[in-house]
Amino acid sequence: MSEEQVAPTAESRRAIVRDSLAVGLATGAYGVSFGAVSVAAGLSVLQTCALSLLMFTGASQFALVGVVAAGGAPLSGTVTALLLGTRNTLYGLRMAPLLQLNGVRRVAAAHLLIDESTAMSVNRQTRSEARLGFVATGLSVLVLWNAATLAGAVAGNALGDPRRYGLDAAVGGAFLALLWPRLQDRRNRVVGVLAVAVALGMVPVTAAGVPVLAAAGVALLAGVLLSRRPSPGGGG
Amino acid sequence: MWTAILLGCAGCYLLKLAGLSVPSRVLERPVVARIADLMPVALLSALVGVQVLSAGQALVLDARAAGLGFAVVALLLRAPFLVVVFGAALTAALLRLVV
Repeated sequence: MSEEQVAPTAESRRAIVRDSLAVGLATGAYGVSFGAVSVAAGLSVLQTCALSLLMFTGASQFALVGVVAAGGAPLSGTVTALLLGTRNTLYGLRMAPLLQLNGVRRVAAAHLLIDESTAMSVNRQTRSEARLGFVATGLSVLVLWNAATLAGAVAGNALGDPRRYGLDAAVGGAFLALLWPRLQDRRNRVVGVLAVAVALGMVPVTAAGVPVLAAAGVALLAGVLLSRRPSPGGGG
Repeated sequence: MWTAILLGCAGCYLLKLAGLSVPSRVLERPVVARIADLMPVALLSALVGVQVLSAGQALVLDARAAGLGFAVVALLLRAPFLVVVFGAALTAALLRLVV
């Protein structure tokens, strides 16, 4: 970038930090439900906290414990989590030219690359504001998400049998809430319905964990078929 | 369990780092972008279905479906995430008490 970077005013920096903390608080609150759901799935408090600290990407964490809760092999939970984690790769592609980080700073920033930090950074006017939005949001979510996970896990553990409190039903609700904004789009609704149909169809005939992975095939197929545009002289 | 957790953590981190490091043209092909965009939709939908309607190898309709019903209504009313999640749990718990 050759143009002059205008330094953000103290006021705009304060506003960015304030917004970042608000996002951290709102997101951190989900952490309580992740912690509770995770111990309900049978993970220990330590395993639950390790996920929030080291994996640090909500949908993937929920997916891993969701597969385990449904009786699936832990490794098929891992694969599901990784498939959901590819979303962050696309965020990275968008953020790389914006943040322009190298070396140790890039290695550290990668851990903070999540939905929220990307959203709070992409619309900034200057690079220094983009970096501030990214780091402030990433750190506030990291701290609050982990604190809330611990609280939820400890509380969930103390409650005993999770089914008595309907925590097994909370998992489905959490996934639906994560999915909900995407369902405004008709194409996404079709993909969603097909994915449910494929997964439920596989439940009686495959090991637990496989049905969810099979649904990934719907995304693959839809992605390939939809990108095929009729081109002049092009077949198929 | 720990193997699955640590592999998942390492993998998810590398996916993030790759995004910041790989030249964008490699991954910005339209097919790849579209599949990556649809992947969360398909996986989360399947997770909802399996989570709510299956028990082991069987398809079942129980209190969890009522919990999901509550979640749908709450989301239609734009309720916050925590209301959706814990409301779904409460619905299922109350139904189990009654039935």
